[in-house]
Amino acid sequence: MLYALVVFLPLAGALGAGLFGRWLGDRAAMLLTATLVSTAAVLSMVVFTLVGIGGETVTVPLFTWIQADGFIAEWSLRVDQLTAVMLVVVTVVSSVVHWYSIGYMHGDKGIPRFFAYLSLFTFAMLALVTSDNFLQMFFGWEGVGVCSYLLIGFWHDRPSANAAAIKAFIVNRVGDFGFALGIVGVFFVFESISFGTVFDDAPSMVGTSLEFLGGHFDTLTVLTVLLFIGAMGKSAQIGLHTWLPDAMEGPTPVSALIHAATMVTAGVFMVARLSPLFEYSDFTLGLVTLVGAATALMAATIGLVQNDIKRVVAYSTCSQLGYMFFACGVSAYSAGIFHLFTHAFFKALLFLGAGSVIHALSGEQDLRRMGGLRKTIPITYVMMWIGSLALAGMPVFAGFFSKDAILESAWAAHTVTGNIAFVAGLVAAVLTAFYSWRLLFLAFHGKPRASHDVMHHAHESPPIMTVPLAVLAFGAIFAGIFGEVVFREEGGEFWGESILVLASHLHHGEMPVWVLVLPTAAGLVGIATAWWFYIYNPALPARLAANLPGLYRFFLNKWYFDELYDAVLVRPARTIGWVLWRVGDGQIIDRLGPNGVAARVVDLARRATRLQTGYVYHYAFVMLIGLVAIATWFLWAVGLQP
Amino acid sequence: MTDFPLLSLLVFLPAVGALFLLVLRGEAELVARNARNIALWTSVITFGFSLLLWTGFDTRDPGYQFEESAPWIADGIGYHLGVDGISMLFIILTTFLTPICILASWKSIKTRVKEYLIAFLIMEMLMIGVFCALDFVLFYLFFEAGLIPMFLIIGIWGADNRVYATFKFFLYTLLGSVLMLLGILWLYFHFGTTDIPTLTGQMIDPGWQKVLWFAFFIAFAVKIPMWPVHTWLPDAHVEAPTAGSVILAAVLLKIGGYGMLRILLPILPDASAALAPLVFAMSVIAIIYTSLVALMQEDMKKLIAYSSIAHMGFVTIGIFTATVTGIEGAITVMLSHGLVSAALFLCVGVVYDRIHTRRIDRYGGLVQRMPLYAAAFLVFTMANVGLPGTSGFVGEFLVLVGAFQVSTWVAFLAATSVVLSAAYALWLYRRVVFGVITRDDLKDILDLNRREILILAPLVVLILFFGVWPMPLLNVFHAAVGDLVERHDVALAAARNAATLAAR
Repeated sequence: MLYALVVFLPLAGALGAGLFGRWLGDRAAMLLTATLVSTAAVLSMVVFTLVGIGGETVTVPLFTWIQADGFIAEWSLRVDQLTAVMLVVVTVVSSVVHWYSIGYMHGDKGIPRFFAYLSLFTFAMLALVTSDNFLQMFFGWEGVGVCSYLLIGFWHDRPSANAAAIKAFIVNRVGDFGFALGIVGVFFVFESISFGTVFDDAPSMVGTSLEFLGGHFDTLTVLTVLLFIGAMGKSAQIGLHTWLPDAMEGPTPVSALIHAATMVTAGVFMVARLSPLFEYSDFTLGLVTLVGAATALMAATIGLVQNDIKRVVAYSTCSQLGYMFFACGVSAYSAGIFHLFTHAFFKALLFLGAGSVIHALSGEQDLRRMGGLRKTIPITYVMMWIGSLALAGMPVFAGFFSKDAILESAWAAHTVTGNIAFVAGLVAAVLTAFYSWRLLFLAFHGKPRASHDVMHHAHESPPIMTVPLAVLAFGAIFAGIFGEVVFREEGGEFWGESILVLASHLHHGEMPVWVLVLPTAAGLVGIATAWWFYIYNPALPARLAANLPGLYRFFLNKWYFDELYDAVLVRPARTIGWVLWRVGDGQIIDRLGPNGVAARVVDLARRATRLQTGYVYHYAFVMLIGLVAIATWFLWAVGLQP
Repeated sequence: MTDFPLLSLLVFLPAVGALFLLVLRGEAELVARNARNIALWTSVITFGFSLLLWTGFDTRDPGYQFEESAPWIADGIGYHLGVDGISMLFIILTTFLTPICILASWKSIKTRVKEYLIAFLIMEMLMIGVFCALDFVLFYLFFEAGLIPMFLIIGIWGADNRVYATFKFFLYTLLGSVLMLLGILWLYFHFGTTDIPTLTGQMIDPGWQKVLWFAFFIAFAVKIPMWPVHTWLPDAHVEAPTAGSVILAAVLLKIGGYGMLRILLPILPDASAALAPLVFAMSVIAIIYTSLVALMQEDMKKLIAYSSIAHMGFVTIGIFTATVTGIEGAITVMLSHGLVSAALFLCVGVVYDRIHTRRIDRYGGLVQRMPLYAAAFLVFTMANVGLPGTSGFVGEFLVLVGAFQVSTWVAFLAATSVVLSAAYALWLYRRVVFGVITRDDLKDILDLNRREILILAPLVVLILFFGVWPMPLLNVFHAAVGDLVERHDVALAAARNAATLAAR
């Protein structure tokens, strides 16, 4: 009952605000959803003590979703230590964001709709983390995707918001393509999609091979790579990351909840949840490590030069997700989840703080038109400092413990990929600190660059917004110490059976002192450089950009991923679609089919003696038949060997 | 219950309604009003009776139920009706959608209302007939005759280019049906019967099976439709009135899939197994090809029509995997698509009634004025995309499960639909519903009225309900599909044994 309440209270709120919002009015809709989600947050803390501290893991069956032949998918709630941590993160951040939004969305036209979406998102995310089988996870996975789509495009009169929403959904679906195939493959191999059965049988599949797309590959490697593609999409890893920065078109509370604290971390959660599969494929683990390391570094370089305050934070999210992934890749799942936990607080804080800045400046998001806000919005200023200190991993703050745990694990793995990740993580740590303080200095220090009018109206946010900030700030300071005590004491016994690490992937032994000190030193170097660039010698950045124009433009244009995809995928797809329609359907099939038949009949009637032979269309017809023949042969020969 | 001829009642009840309509006389306005009421009540009562079919259905029995037979044309060609788990739900789908279609035509059909409704009721009768006919000649009769009312509905009440569309529709289906008739004749002369249950399980020479298979397959492939015999569908949809499109997409297309399940797989098992790669190839091409074409459409109905073809690709893949999951998936896709495509065409009808255009670029920003419409359209769009939690997901996923067992390539290529369907469906939704209103005639467009809410609300509820809990559907056909696959496997094994014996 307790577990069901945590999951379904937000759904009740969503339905209430969504279906009856018109009658309830804005105020009632806001209070209803915020109260229900907050109740869920309190209950999930109870769950955390029961399951996390008490070590009691439960599965609550609800009812059968799909059953066909041997394929069975149940609706059920699985609550173990991993889920308990996620429950706390999701419900706490969600309720903070609900309350904050009451202030932030004040005066908006679509308030009931907004809160219904937020609560619906929370429900979908909870369904994801409590899933006991692959299909329910996929349900939550796609559910959060739709809510993200709806919330990015919340201001649907903005073309840029609509474009960003569609982009987010479709790029995510590219990942889901892999995820869906992975689930189908899991069923094919294990004849079950229930976590329990699959995890129990996984060791017996080690060393077997699976025929996939004509080749023979290691079974578990194929499955985990497919599943990981899904994780890459949702968690915006390199290649499938392009939607995340654009997603900043949504209202800022949405960015904090969905695109920083919860949804984007679903991929990390998935890899940790499926550790009993991933552990058996060294290839996939290596891939996860490299993808994570590459993302951490790439996103950090882009974050250096962005001018939109939210985009800087967005790229920072992308980069931090990379950290979490390479932690999983070196089998330090608990460190990855630890970072997920602390990151949720400080990144949500940074986003909501950025929202407070934007709110104060009447919607201005460009760092080049900020500056000197330190005195105008002092509370926000302090909050942003706390968030940045946590992000940069300064001692005592939350990020310090979790980031160190990740970098230490990467170093201790003593593998090639682990070492790459360690170096990438260190470099990214310098960059992270640099862009965080660049943001702070540009927004809050120096002379105001906003117009006099805007500065005149600039004001500190009301308590309904600053109190939630304070709650998150508390988390950004203490979540690290809390986690260090609860998650990492006694060699991570906290996690129980929820995470599997093979003995061969466990690393013991002493850390050299330099490994422990280096991450913090990296952060300090970054902060000092930012101070030098933006306070001590403010002319330097422009000069540097002028001296390295290629590199600067490469970073500013986000490594040209969007341009590449547009040229290679989007435009060709549209062209092919047009050609298939006009030429394929219009010229070939119709000309040969109905129109052709009619024309032939007319022809025959008119010139009975002379047979008309349209040579061009004969060729076209042969091509058409040929296409079918080739495809048939291909599928028969490659896919369907008897 | 056993003696009551429920199926005959269902088949002929709409015809009785049509007869009543036929004798209506008087002032045009009055006739139209009475005709609407009579037609609506006839279809509602038919729907009510059809529910008895569901409540009285024994889900554990894999065979035919509610059977009726009577001598008819000749020895071996009888009047034989019956339903099993595969066909029963299609009858319910038909009777459920007909009242909705009549309601949807309430205001938009203004000329020859009486004749229009007669055509509709006759069509309902023929569609119910197809799904419960157990004699091949009877099946053929219903199958063919069903074209005539559709032909008339498009040809008389259609849009500007209706003559071209009907002509195309006719040519395609004619081609298919002539071949099917030849196939039926062959079976009759060979076995002396056209009774489908009797023909099922007969040993037919594998060579002949292939010939017959093509004869039937072409008829069904045109109907469903499969690439490359699909081009009639977009034109027919564009020209048809809203309710015509609804019935066409929701029910008529399913007759093709139903035929494959009822005829090809059970009667011609060897040929079905041997030619499955051809079907897979055509289906996979259809999914990718028509999805890309859908992406480029400027006409709302054409876009949905092309997306229908892509979804039917899943149906044909599922059927020819000849696995329980694949076939159950295919049936679920058909049922779900019956609801979703109907709903999407109704949504197009709602705005077409107001603005009289289907051009996508004439719309935009409808959410500002029509929030209810936007919400309903969103649910249908997501179901079309195959989002888990909507009925659209269940079937497609089961088909993928089945396909993976047969060929990873087929599963891989079909799964691209996950991306492509999202692209065209969201692109449509964005251009029609989101954005700002720029056109003057959209500035005072009205949201759904009560009649339209009454039409769309049940569809929203059912699509979500079966998305979360599809078991009421799946339970109906578990037994029948299990039996079908088992017999299919036995037949294949027997053929293989015969072949090895012959080789010795």
